[in-house]
Amino acid sequence: MENTNLALGMLFQLFQSLLVVLLAPLLMGWVSQCRAWLQNRSGPGLLQPYRMLRKLFLKDAVIAFNASPLFRVTPYILFGCMWLAAAIIPIIAVDLPFSPAADVIALVGVFALARVFIALAAMDIGTAFGSLGARREMLVSFLAEPALLMVLFTASLISHSTQLPSIVGALAHREFVLYPSLAFAALAFVIVLLAENARIPVDNPNTHLELTMIHEAMILEYSARHLALIEWAVSLKLFAYISLGIALFIPHGIADVGKWDALPLSIAALLAKLVMAGAGLALLETLLAKVRIFRAPEFLGTAFLLAVLGLLIHILLGA
Amino acid sequence: MSYTVQFINLLAAILLLISFAMLSQRRILSLINLFAWQGLVLSVSTFVVAYSTAQQHLYFSAALTLLLKVLVLPWLLHRLIRKLNVRWDVETLINIPATMLAGIALVIFAFNLAAPISQLAEGITRGLIGIALASVLLSLLMMLTRRKAVTQVVGFLAMENGLFFAATSATHGMPLVVELGIALDVLVATFIFGIFFFQIRETFDSLDITHMEKLKDD
Repeated sequence: MENTNLALGMLFQLFQSLLVVLLAPLLMGWVSQCRAWLQNRSGPGLLQPYRMLRKLFLKDAVIAFNASPLFRVTPYILFGCMWLAAAIIPIIAVDLPFSPAADVIALVGVFALARVFIALAAMDIGTAFGSLGARREMLVSFLAEPALLMVLFTASLISHSTQLPSIVGALAHREFVLYPSLAFAALAFVIVLLAENARIPVDNPNTHLELTMIHEAMILEYSARHLALIEWAVSLKLFAYISLGIALFIPHGIADVGKWDALPLSIAALLAKLVMAGAGLALLETLLAKVRIFRAPEFLGTAFLLAVLGLLIHILLGA
Repeated sequence: MSYTVQFINLLAAILLLISFAMLSQRRILSLINLFAWQGLVLSVSTFVVAYSTAQQHLYFSAALTLLLKVLVLPWLLHRLIRKLNVRWDVETLINIPATMLAGIALVIFAFNLAAPISQLAEGITRGLIGIALASVLLSLLMMLTRRKAVTQVVGFLAMENGLFFAATSATHGMPLVVELGIALDVLVATFIFGIFFFQIRETFDSLDITHMEKLKDD
């Protein structure tokens, strides 16, 4: 019995991991398609990220003469971190065998590890853009991280655990309760999501203008399969963040591990939520204008403020 | 917890959020709109308290709030800034992020201060005194950190909103006569402030109150 449970859990885990890796570029394609529609353009189509990845994988890699081994391994580390993060978050089922590997705080750590490596690799070549991008990335992320932790603490306080499965379980299987603190946390989380995934108010994902780019400046020196892995990791990161948001704030409909009959419903709910979230993200990006880099701290300060307010309100009102 | 309590808690949270939004706002026009929104939240919460405790006079004060704080006062303020032609950005004394951090510290202070009082309060909404106190203190902070006379008056009116919220949530409202008196006072105060603004501008050519610190008898 024990063994079959474990095997079933592993099967679910494997299924989720594969699903996430395969779906992540599609989500990216959906977001840019929605943006194109909102801007009255016809758009490149949903499958464009896949075509892009294929093209990049077929090319020959060019690496700078003075690149260290760190520069070569970073794309793999980045991809690995994001895949691990996506495996820990309960996306299609609660209580996956991987989930106890890391709680929410360690999850933030996994994201931070990937960030450190990409920043180091950007500085490794020694180009001006690389170190500029790395420094800006660090500025944005050191402000975004405490806000993200505060958001996660609010959810943890409500469910009395920092383990994601317990949080999701507590929030998904409860009677309907209005949580003002969670509403505040959700607002803060959206701001952190925009900042961490290099989306518009903080960074523009498809600019190559030297004054404004952050993420693109860091990966300018990468080509071919390395660039493909980084692009894939970026889409995995967006997927992981959106599913973390879904897990924390709208986990309804998620399946328990080992229940095959709940799985189709769970996947349908997940897809519906992802479609909504992607369209919402595209709408936000169309409505907002990119802020100056020196305004970004204020933007992220708002996220921190909202998250702390959520925490305080939970402590005071118990809601 | 019943749904009405949850709903009032939600409104209280929104009230606090609006107080912070006012604190961080750079434009006078948006500030007045936020003040109107705060009045609306206040009116709805008073209405919900009235419904859940079946207190007749609270319906009147909800309606009075709606009329006065959502419609009349914002309209008066809008008219005032149009006449004074002061639609420029607000100048703050301390920069906005620092003000926000001070605001968080004030909220923690207010929550701690209100904790023993909340133990004494009866009724459905004990935790709300802390939030009301926090929004009073935040409005006070806004009055302290702003330079223009108009924003200080909006801060004063927002402070009154916080006090009103404390009154309805903790003690189910004051007697109707008192509430009518306060409402009239606030209205008259706004008129008098308006006249003061014109006087200040006439004397100093500006609404910046730092000019008033220079006392000269020439």
